[in-house]
Amino acid sequence: MNTSPVIEARDLNLTFETNDGPVQALKDVNLTINKGDFVSFIGPSGCGKTTFLRVMAALEHPTAGTITVNGMTPDEARRKRAYGYVFQAAGLYPWRTIARNIKLPLEIMGYSRADQDTRVEEVLKLVDLDGFGGKYPWQLSGGMQQRASIARALAFDADILLMDEPFGALDEIVRDHLNEQLLELWARTEKTIAFVTHSIPEAVYLSTKIVVMSPRPGRITDVIESPLPRDRPLDIRDTQAFLDVAHRVREGLRAGHSYD
Amino acid sequence: MTEPVDTTPSRWASGVTGIVFPVLVVLAIITAIWYAVCVPMNIHGAVQSAERAGVVVIPEDAKTRREMGGVALALQNTGEISDVWSQDRPRLPAPHQVAVELWKTTVLKKVTSKRSLIYHGWITLSATLLGFAFGTGLGILLAIGIVHSRVMDMSVMPWAIISQTIPIIALAPMIIVVLYSIGVQGIIPKAVISAYLSFFPVVVGMVKGLRSPDAMQLDLLRTYSASKAQGFWKLRLPASMPYLFTSLKIGIAASLVGAIVGELPTGAVSGLGARLLAGSYYGQTVQIWSALFAAAILAACLVAILGVIERVTLKRMGMA
Repeated sequence: MNTSPVIEARDLNLTFETNDGPVQALKDVNLTINKGDFVSFIGPSGCGKTTFLRVMAALEHPTAGTITVNGMTPDEARRKRAYGYVFQAAGLYPWRTIARNIKLPLEIMGYSRADQDTRVEEVLKLVDLDGFGGKYPWQLSGGMQQRASIARALAFDADILLMDEPFGALDEIVRDHLNEQLLELWARTEKTIAFVTHSIPEAVYLSTKIVVMSPRPGRITDVIESPLPRDRPLDIRDTQAFLDVAHRVREGLRAGHSYD
Repeated sequence: MTEPVDTTPSRWASGVTGIVFPVLVVLAIITAIWYAVCVPMNIHGAVQSAERAGVVVIPEDAKTRREMGGVALALQNTGEISDVWSQDRPRLPAPHQVAVELWKTTVLKKVTSKRSLIYHGWITLSATLLGFAFGTGLGILLAIGIVHSRVMDMSVMPWAIISQTIPIIALAPMIIVVLYSIGVQGIIPKAVISAYLSFFPVVVGMVKGLRSPDAMQLDLLRTYSASKAQGFWKLRLPASMPYLFTSLKIGIAASLVGAIVGELPTGAVSGLGARLLAGSYYGQTVQIWSALFAAAILAACLVAILGVIERVTLKRMGMA
């Protein structure tokens, strides 16, 4: 496995100026994400996990420290189309069919018509939505809509996928299914994935690396390299190795809260 | 055991009868109230004409009658009540009198006739549509400016709101006089007043519509490095469509009011406003009411047409 760093954060700090005074969303964050990693960020609300993801995407800018994405600043990386971003809500345009929703980034980035069509076909297959291109979002279930939004993020060949609680609004049964599919998709496409979640089982099941964060100020309290194999059936969640990792995550979360 | 037989009519049929019946009941009640109100409103006139025709009426003194309430007079002259619905110049014409007048001045008159409501309706409608087009265009442009520029938001929006607090009846004569003094007359001044009334709902609705995409939608476009223009054409404008149509329906009704008001201060010779004015000069209440109804019917048709366009457009966009 090639292990060149894709994302590198050094002494990253970010302070929001609010009416109640400054809020430190990120404090002295150091992290390296290697190519092909599946990294989960877990922690309670306000721990800065989403903020960190937004910094990678250049949606927020750090007040101190450095971060590089593919060796570039996040802004440059965005212009080079280094990443696709998946939000908590699918955010599909109700006036566009699924296929045309997936075309949205391609239109904006100026791909040719023919190229757009072949890419839409490809990514629809990738997320198992073959044949749904002509449907409108309201005709699809919540899980299918979220898959369509993942397809939209994959359509333009970004090798990094930034996912902000993409399955947070879905029920657990659908979420299990999508987790399985996401792992499959990750194995097939060899993307680097940064994934924000609230769920310990989800983080442990999906990740090669789990970043545990805690709030006030937002910081990293533990980074766990998962000992689980890359090939993971759903029932791996009943094994001792899985439970051990989950336990360590829980410990890390508790430690972060201890001096609240 | 037998299978239960579905005896309920289809959903469509029960839906229609379920709506039509209550609507007819409400209509019947309104009409009944109208006929009833005609009695106290018109009884003075009915009694007076009966007296002229030689009938003995109570009380005999005209001055005493004038000071009496309509209900009391009607109770003392029950024989004259039937006449209240058929006077030439009633204070309040009965529904069938208005209906007959409407029929006579639309279907039975040539459209080129000066007494045809179709002719007058067209005069008003053309000013309405022109003003509506001006107003909608202006409203959309202002909304785009307001959404994209904080300066415009701060400077234009308060004036747009203030503009609507001035009674149009006070402003209309000034607009017409000022435009007349620079040589503009005819349809344009009326259209300007229409535009003045109709741009406002469009501005308010479109500002709301263009701002309707949430932060997540805007962030998504940022991750694509989309330009402001792309954000406008691909996200803001389509997202604003439902808001636009709601505004247009309010705007077109306001436009019609504007065109009619624009016809009042000029002593205009044609248009629904002119019919209203002429009717009130000569005490032709039937004419006033039929012009009012013509305006109401016209407004209803315009709003209904917009409703159809809205349904078709949003359906084609997959939003309805």
